[in-house]
Amino acid sequence: MSAPLLEVRGLTVEFPTRRGILRALDGVSFAIAPGEVLGVVGESGAGKSLTGAAIIGLLAPPGRIAGGSILLDGARIDHLPAEAMRRIRGRRIGAIFQDPLTTLNPLYTIGRQLIETIQTHLGLSGADARARAVHWLEEVGIPAAARRIDAYPHEFSGGQRQRVVIALALCAEPRLVIADEPTTALDVSIQAQIIALLKRLAREHTTAVMLITHDMGVIAETADRVAVMYAGRIAEIGPVADVVRAPAHPYTAGLMASIPALEHRVARLAQIEGAMPRLDAIPPGCAFNPRCPRAHDRCRAERPELMGAGATEAACWLHAPAHAESSPAHA
Amino acid sequence: MPEAPLTPADATTDMPVLEVTGVTRLFDVSRPWLQRVLAAERKLFLRAVDDISFTIARGTTLSLVGESGCGKSTVARLAVGLLRPTAGEIHFEGQPLSTARAQPALRRRMNMIFQDPFASLNPRWRVRDIVAEPIRAFALARGAEAVRGRVEALLTQVGLSAADGEKYPHEFSGGQRQRISIARALASEPEFLICDEPTSALDVSVQAQILNLMRDLQDRLGLTYLFISHNLAVVRHMSDRLGVMYLGRIVELGPAETVFRTPAHPYTRLLLEAIPDLERVGQPRTPVGGEVPSPIDPPPGCPFHPRCPLANDRCRQEKPAHARTGEVLVACHAVEEGRSA
Repeated sequence: MSAPLLEVRGLTVEFPTRRGILRALDGVSFAIAPGEVLGVVGESGAGKSLTGAAIIGLLAPPGRIAGGSILLDGARIDHLPAEAMRRIRGRRIGAIFQDPLTTLNPLYTIGRQLIETIQTHLGLSGADARARAVHWLEEVGIPAAARRIDAYPHEFSGGQRQRVVIALALCAEPRLVIADEPTTALDVSIQAQIIALLKRLAREHTTAVMLITHDMGVIAETADRVAVMYAGRIAEIGPVADVVRAPAHPYTAGLMASIPALEHRVARLAQIEGAMPRLDAIPPGCAFNPRCPRAHDRCRAERPELMGAGATEAACWLHAPAHAESSPAHA
Repeated sequence: MPEAPLTPADATTDMPVLEVTGVTRLFDVSRPWLQRVLAAERKLFLRAVDDISFTIARGTTLSLVGESGCGKSTVARLAVGLLRPTAGEIHFEGQPLSTARAQPALRRRMNMIFQDPFASLNPRWRVRDIVAEPIRAFALARGAEAVRGRVEALLTQVGLSAADGEKYPHEFSGGQRQRISIARALASEPEFLICDEPTSALDVSVQAQILNLMRDLQDRLGLTYLFISHNLAVVRHMSDRLGVMYLGRIVELGPAETVFRTPAHPYTRLLLEAIPDLERVGQPRTPVGGEVPSPIDPPPGCPFHPRCPLANDRCRQEKPAHARTGEVLVACHAVEEGRSA
């Protein structure tokens, strides 16, 4: 991999509460290369959105980065002053959120919002900024862009609004885009259009994308690599084809097996018993051990870090050298 | 024009549990009276469900699938009697639905499971009271002891423990709450459950638990399901028969396996093509163009024609009727004329 564009090392995020400190992210480390799409997948509360929020400096108080570092192009961007972070956001890191209606200001035309972003970050004149805004609307496939630029968000359909949001995120030509559930609010037929668009633009502009979603199907088709999160940590990370076809972590294996397949019908879906632990009740050792069919004594006592497991890396003691002779995780 | 109800291959001689014949439901979406009169506008109706017909055989699952606004949830509400059809008839156990709803003995035999387990349980009631309410309402058990025993049996049946009855809904996770909803729905000893997106608020691993539970219960209790979902993979896992809806119409209806293996309607094909899938790692796809038109102002002719690769002049003018191919009903001129191959 070339020099990473984004590097996250040992990121820890805590929420102080009256009943003690909740650790929502605990030692999360990964990197994204320029032009690469990294999928981040996990169930609700696994910490995937929080990871994105920490990177763009939008952690909701009282959440705080309690440890680790975030590097963009080799320079640290965690703990930057709010004003410096604001300039990075939009210019160097774009963001796309789930609900296009809350991302767009309903009182301004989409043109005004695009032009303001372009002028703020690229310093273009009014006419140039407008031409560029029209260009971006054409790029994301808004028909009659020159006329539609003066329309308000409510005049667009859901899918078109999400296209506008993508234009807004990309118009300052950021090197990294954080897309948090960008297609979850959309219907399946629209979802495929938006994924194809995001993928094409990322490739054409060599923009790195951190794609956060709970939908493994979206990741499988879009991402180059995938990080599977569980209870605030990365359980497994690796090339998407390997994670999907030969998952190394028992949680990933269970997750894959529990997704109903479109190609065939099974009598019974594989299911992982129980639910992800709450932040105030994360078990000692590996957080997954109470639900893991292959847990052994070491899993209950000692917390595994990411270690090499075939083509991927998994935080699982099954892949510790002592366990080297054992079979793959999906028993 | 109601067509003859389709009989599934494995149908028993029993009458269908639910029979829906030519049902249409309009919603009045006009502006307020004064504004309408001042602007000399006519009343405006949204045709949420447009002349649909289907039957559900005992012990089977019929699923309705479609994108937002296709009318699938309206069908669920019509089937359970929360809405009345503008035109057409619904029969439950051979009786008109309104007659059936008026008799407690029949009314208790249908129940509904909703999408959001956070909104559908009263937060101020203990779980045992939530589950006991239908038992008390229909007097299915007499005496506190008998009711308690029944509640405990129901909670165990859905994979919770008897002691969970003492807790409040907020003490449970989303998946467990959906189990409570199912226990409550089963409390009136129904035969027919209407499930409106029962797992779409849940994470996948929890979704698998709930889907497995629903199928186990169907096998054990002989339940009949009307299953509403936008998720085709979930639908495939659950259904015996499948109806694909688009803008208020069922465009394709038939045995689920047949529809999934050999989808006939261009919309069904595009929908199946559009779904991101694990087995297609890194493969490019052709996304469906366009978006669902507004149901207030549907296109003339076949409602799907603006997005359909096979559309011709006839499709733009004439609404297609259902034509039968084998066991499948399809509403498409192109399929009927053999242009779809």
